[in-house]
Amino acid sequence: MNPRLRWKTRAFAVIVILSNVLGNLFLTWGLRHGAEELTASPLSFLRAIFNPWVSLGICLLITWLMSRMFLLSWADLSYVLPVTALGYVITALLSRLFLGEQVTAARWAGTLLIMAGVILVGLGNPHSEGPR
Amino acid sequence: MKAWLLLGTIIASTVTADLLQSHEMKRHGEIHDFGPSGLRRVLATLARKTNLILAVACMALSFFAFMALVQVADLSFAVPASAGSLVIETILARLVLKEHVDARRWIGAALVAGGVWLLAL
Repeated sequence: MNPRLRWKTRAFAVIVILSNVLGNLFLTWGLRHGAEELTASPLSFLRAIFNPWVSLGICLLITWLMSRMFLLSWADLSYVLPVTALGYVITALLSRLFLGEQVTAARWAGTLLIMAGVILVGLGNPHSEGPR
Repeated sequence: MKAWLLLGTIIASTVTADLLQSHEMKRHGEIHDFGPSGLRRVLATLARKTNLILAVACMALSFFAFMALVQVADLSFAVPASAGSLVIETILARLVLKEHVDARRWIGAALVAGGVWLLAL
């Protein structure tokens, strides 16, 4: 891989991780601070979307979707999945720091196990051939 | 209870969206032209595929259920727990899409299932 592509890949991996983690964080913050409680009515969802924090969260999640799609156009899924699985741990850390959530030992263990599972899946061959 | 119902909705709609998307994209074939005109042509073709329209609707349902979930449950629970879809997707990829799932993928899916079980404690 040439240095320019390596730099671009790393930069996009950081954007993918941060936009997902921060998008979820801002979305949750907005839904818990200011946005009205969501009900079965679609109108309550529409009104919630116009909360500034929720809107910012949605913009970041759109950035996440787009940047992940772009990254996948040149990087292997087997690289993207394990690298972006870091987001689970960062989400747990930020939830504790900014949302005041209690992350118990069982939850840390569960999060780490899920991250390990996603990494293991990502390390496999994305075009597995063989007996069906 | 409400959190688990919402999580079930997220996982079911994500799994349905991914299966429909994967099925339709495989039928479409590999995309080679990533230039603006090539992408426009691909998007115009894909926008007429019923399976992909249904996949987008399922993704929207999954997103709205996620919004409702983080209002009643911790984000540090919601994000990793929604990875539970990987377990069902692995099983359905084998059964419905007839993909070959190697041992490493089965072990990965089992680890995710174990992780979701720990989150439930």
